[in-house]
Amino acid sequence: MAKKFETNSAARSLISSTDLNRGKNRFLYFFVLWFLIILFALVFFFPLYWMVTGALKDPAEMVRTPPTFIPESFHPETYVKAWEQLRIAKFFFNTAFYSLGGWLIQVLVAVGVAYALSKLRPIFGRFVLGAMLASLMLPAAALLIPAYLTVADVPILHLNLLDTPWALWLPGAANAFNVYVLKRFFDQIPNDILDSASIDGAGRLRILWSIIMPLSRPVLAVVSISAVIGMWKDFLWPLLVLQNPEVQTLSVALSRLSTTGRVPMDELMAGLAIASVPMIAVFLVFQRSILSGLSAGSLKG
Amino acid sequence: MVVLDSEFRVSDSGGGGSDRSNVAGEKQRAKRDKLKRRVQDNLLAYCFMAAGIACFAIFSWWPLIKGVILSFQQVNFVTDPEWVGLDNFKAIFDDPLFWTAWWNTLKFTLFALVLGYLVPFFMAIVINELRHFQGFFRVAVYLPLMMPPVVVVLLWQFFYDPGNGLFNTLLRGVGLPESQWTQSSSTAMISLVLVSTWANMGGATIMYLAALQSIPGELYEAAEIEGASIWQRLRHVTLPQMRFIMLVLLLLQVVATMQVFVEPYQLTGTTNPDTITVMVLIYRYAFTVNHDFGMAAAMSVLLFILLGVFSAVYLRLTRDKD
Repeated sequence: MAKKFETNSAARSLISSTDLNRGKNRFLYFFVLWFLIILFALVFFFPLYWMVTGALKDPAEMVRTPPTFIPESFHPETYVKAWEQLRIAKFFFNTAFYSLGGWLIQVLVAVGVAYALSKLRPIFGRFVLGAMLASLMLPAAALLIPAYLTVADVPILHLNLLDTPWALWLPGAANAFNVYVLKRFFDQIPNDILDSASIDGAGRLRILWSIIMPLSRPVLAVVSISAVIGMWKDFLWPLLVLQNPEVQTLSVALSRLSTTGRVPMDELMAGLAIASVPMIAVFLVFQRSILSGLSAGSLKG
Repeated sequence: MVVLDSEFRVSDSGGGGSDRSNVAGEKQRAKRDKLKRRVQDNLLAYCFMAAGIACFAIFSWWPLIKGVILSFQQVNFVTDPEWVGLDNFKAIFDDPLFWTAWWNTLKFTLFALVLGYLVPFFMAIVINELRHFQGFFRVAVYLPLMMPPVVVVLLWQFFYDPGNGLFNTLLRGVGLPESQWTQSSSTAMISLVLVSTWANMGGATIMYLAALQSIPGELYEAAEIEGASIWQRLRHVTLPQMRFIMLVLLLLQVVATMQVFVEPYQLTGTTNPDTITVMVLIYRYAFTVNHDFGMAAAMSVLLFILLGVFSAVYLRLTRDKD
């Protein structure tokens, strides 16, 4: 506490360290700091705490007024019950399967397109890129109905993809953000490296696999994380295309279970906690790259 | 590897130098080789892009065209679609819910902008000034964005419960009148906005923070030397530097909040006229009440025209900046 605020002109902002070092301001600064820490903890962490501990209470305690802030009854088996009886396990693995498959297909498709556009530079390449980027202009909402009908009866092939993973994977692969981010990154990889590799006898595929992919790890991470999180969080589209309860995602299943009225409150709460845990864990592990990727990618997305 | 490498190069340069005599033929052959490479590259490129182009064509470009066609058609899945001209549009204009839905969506967007646009701005400015625990603030504010929206909404449904929900318990505790939250027409909309803002403000905050950190420190230093107070520095340095990102986020948020669906769908249902939004009405036209894809498509086309303008401006702005 006694340490002085240091002056660092490169990283300085609105309020300078000399401002802060004046006696009254120092007090004000720490007052604001602690006030905000408590406020943020209450606003953003407390609901999560409430969710995780709420599921531990027995149903009678859950509906008690006033509510208890520390569970008096302790029932960790509620999580097991939700996992088994609400079949959260099934929906959880459905969602995990859709997310991983969606991630793989999105990356494969986007890398192929971006590599071709960036390094092979085919004729009409700019046109293809433009047409893909134009889809960023479409609000997802505007395509909802025609995309649903397309998935129900794919043109030419006349396949019905409803209630299959493909209904999530293939439309998800038409993601211009991925193509754009990857192409911009590939553009920065000097062609000299690729030329010398090709003189050494490396084919186009080999170059992509052994040179471009390893160099692109950071940008692949950005694309991967956004793909998995997007798949995990999506609701409206899975709600439309996965109407068979057996194949639903966790979000859709929880929404459906909550409206039947036959699900015990504590088990539903446990389901909510289970649904949030994986993404929050991913976030806490990768927070640095997620937060910096967000501010880097979002402006261009 | 190294041996192979040098061998290859030696034979290559040797081969090139040996028949200088036939320069014209060599040139022609080189040209032919180049053309061949170009054709090969093009074929290969389109092989690499085939899956991507197919996905875009089927699930993005074609639905756009189909959406417009659909809005002029009557679809019943038994007989072939029938052209009905502007009938779908007439039908939705005649539906009193149409205007309700637009009005509700507009209300939601305006409320959400007041809360979700300005609050993150001030929050980011304050967090940026803090020399301690910056990581904590970032993680805290972004955490809700990691939860599936349905989970957030269901959790808040517990909080909003008029009987023993957390919010009414708190209000009771401090002696304020209780609220019906989502179940009364006067507070339903603001309840939706509160959840939505809680869940989504992290994104805007983090983007504002990134923008604030890219403001050169020298600007503040110079202003300070000139004798500018903290408020003057905020007004004349921070705000002008933030103008671009504020405009971008404004557009992004309008586009996002105009498409609100999960909150009204889950909290108040698809039949409540107090909170029915454009997206909920589209869903309702197609899947629950009317089972009329033509009307739903017509509504989507209107939404698209409106949001397309915002999206185009947004793309324009962000691309010029690169």
